[in-house]
Amino acid sequence: MRDLLTVYIPLEATALSLGADEVAVAILKEAASQGRDVEIIRNGSWGMSWLEPLVEMVTPKGRVAYGNMTADRVADLLKGECADLCLGLTADIPYLKSQDRLTFGRCGLIEALSLSEYQDNGGFVGLKKALEMTPQDIVTQVTDSGLRGRGGAAFPTGIKWNTVLGAGSDQKYICCNADEGDSGTFADRLLMEGDPYCLIEGMTIAALAVGATEGYIYLRSEYPLCKQILDEALLNARAAGWLGKNIKDSGKDFDIEIRMGAGSYVCGEETAMLESLEGKRGMVRAKPPLPALHGLFGKPTVVNNVLSLASVPIIMAKGADYYRNFGMGRSRGTIAFQLAGNIARGGLVEKAFGISLRELIEDYGGGTHSDNSLKAVQVGGPLGAYLSENDLDLPMDYEAFAEAGAVLGHGGIVVFDDSVDMAEQARFAFEFCAIESCGKCTPCRIGSVRGAELMAKIQAGAAENLPLMKELCEVMESGSLCAMGGMTPIPVLSALQKWPNDFGAKP
Amino acid sequence: MDTRDNSRPDRAAWDQDEARRIITRCAALKGGLMEALHGIQGAFGYIPAESYDMLADAFNLSGAEVYGVKSFYHDFRDTPAGHHVIKICQAESCQARGSRLLTAHVEKLLGIRLGETTANERITLEPVYCLGNCAVSPNITINDKLYGRMDEDRLEGLLGKLG
Repeated sequence: MRDLLTVYIPLEATALSLGADEVAVAILKEAASQGRDVEIIRNGSWGMSWLEPLVEMVTPKGRVAYGNMTADRVADLLKGECADLCLGLTADIPYLKSQDRLTFGRCGLIEALSLSEYQDNGGFVGLKKALEMTPQDIVTQVTDSGLRGRGGAAFPTGIKWNTVLGAGSDQKYICCNADEGDSGTFADRLLMEGDPYCLIEGMTIAALAVGATEGYIYLRSEYPLCKQILDEALLNARAAGWLGKNIKDSGKDFDIEIRMGAGSYVCGEETAMLESLEGKRGMVRAKPPLPALHGLFGKPTVVNNVLSLASVPIIMAKGADYYRNFGMGRSRGTIAFQLAGNIARGGLVEKAFGISLRELIEDYGGGTHSDNSLKAVQVGGPLGAYLSENDLDLPMDYEAFAEAGAVLGHGGIVVFDDSVDMAEQARFAFEFCAIESCGKCTPCRIGSVRGAELMAKIQAGAAENLPLMKELCEVMESGSLCAMGGMTPIPVLSALQKWPNDFGAKP
Repeated sequence: MDTRDNSRPDRAAWDQDEARRIITRCAALKGGLMEALHGIQGAFGYIPAESYDMLADAFNLSGAEVYGVKSFYHDFRDTPAGHHVIKICQAESCQARGSRLLTAHVEKLLGIRLGETTANERITLEPVYCLGNCAVSPNITINDKLYGRMDEDRLEGLLGKLG
């Protein structure tokens, strides 16, 4: 038998956007011309996005990584003459090795759609345990783990589940919020593309915990590859008895449908998402009633982010204490940070809470991509505060961030170098709110438009509008129905406070 | 039928039977109006006005309500797009990597602004707010294919290859 060449090439949006398919085709052609047998395995991404396409060759010592592979280097790669792109054993790459990979433990490691690889690497252990447990015991274990909503609001997941468990109803739902619209975030996508069964397992455990039989994944339309991968994963899981009627002879039923969003940012807000799932305009609902009691189609509903649900399998498999032993203060476990914007080494870093922003940006991220000095960092999406160099020693912890007037959110970190004009960023925050406001409440619908107008005047030199702009922010913050209008002032005012010169204001 | 590569799925002419098939399938789904709109746009490239009454009947809504849902979402079109659709991300991460300059360059190159279509209906240029590829900004899509780390030269090269 001839030597079989085994190569891993991610089937993941970032890798594809940088030419992974072209590399795969080149490898097949080159191997054929050399008369060598080659097996290409399409894994998920490890999250070292700046190195994509990251190709791995299987060797007796393990998987050896080659970063930024291009089709025209494939001949060199197969000849063993690609030392300049070689990163050594993947598992030893410091960026990866030093992470706390709990939720993303399989991402990059396995072929995303292989059920057998999923199970060989700890998959379905949590669900099997959950099938033997009472709903209350599952809820208690999730509560004890300290897991809080990873979508950004950080509400304790177990407490939410307990409310749904306690609600009497003929029908309950599990809704996975996969409308990852914050700029600078892509962790949900990486998980869904790289380890889709993990999300399915987490949703199924949630269903067992609260007594739900139907689940929906509300997926943003900007993620077509996720749709393809999840569609296939659902088919496979159903065929193998992990979804559908009488799951693994437990007598329990649960199934999942995917529903696509249509380009609306505000549908990432949970009540707008429920409206959209019902086939309506994505208008935010007033709370109460809570979705836990009066959610999808008026029924008790668990609404959780992708990563909240995908963290549940390991909590069930390894226990609440294992998970809560990571982290600091009231922020337990790990969070997937996403390094984005003007950063040298952008990608995903899963770490226990408590790491500093500086460690993430400098040690992992390698500073700015442009090599110019860092001016601002926006953490937590478009509604998060702009932080300056002086804030980089903040620990990544929900409470520490809240105390600093900042937002940890979904863990997105967008770095700007010194070319950024913070007044323009403030104007954009209003403009984005105007574009994406659902329109239900006046402070958000009108305030965002007026805010953008005021900022344009201020940028044109009329700094006397600043007090009015601040008052407008107060109205939006206290009078808006949801975070869209209520938090838009956060990036605006943080930018003004830290870089008054950009606004033509006296410092 | 037009079969040029790398373009959007070809727009079909209005076909009432096809529309009815899509709508009937989606009407069986809970909250299926969004799915129906996606289905209609997938088949025809936009939401033809002819579909409103059919959607309204199937979902027990008024035509105005159907229009209300359609018009809420950025994705749904009232009119066909150009033959090629280019979207440039305008969100923060891509801003931090020069998307404003990239956008201005493309606007100048094509002679249209974001949200417009060239006079020959060849290219539609649109903003998009985050493609989830923020570690390798700036990002664009051309006919739904995602390209990361875009710059002016590469983009010009890609435009040159479009049919």
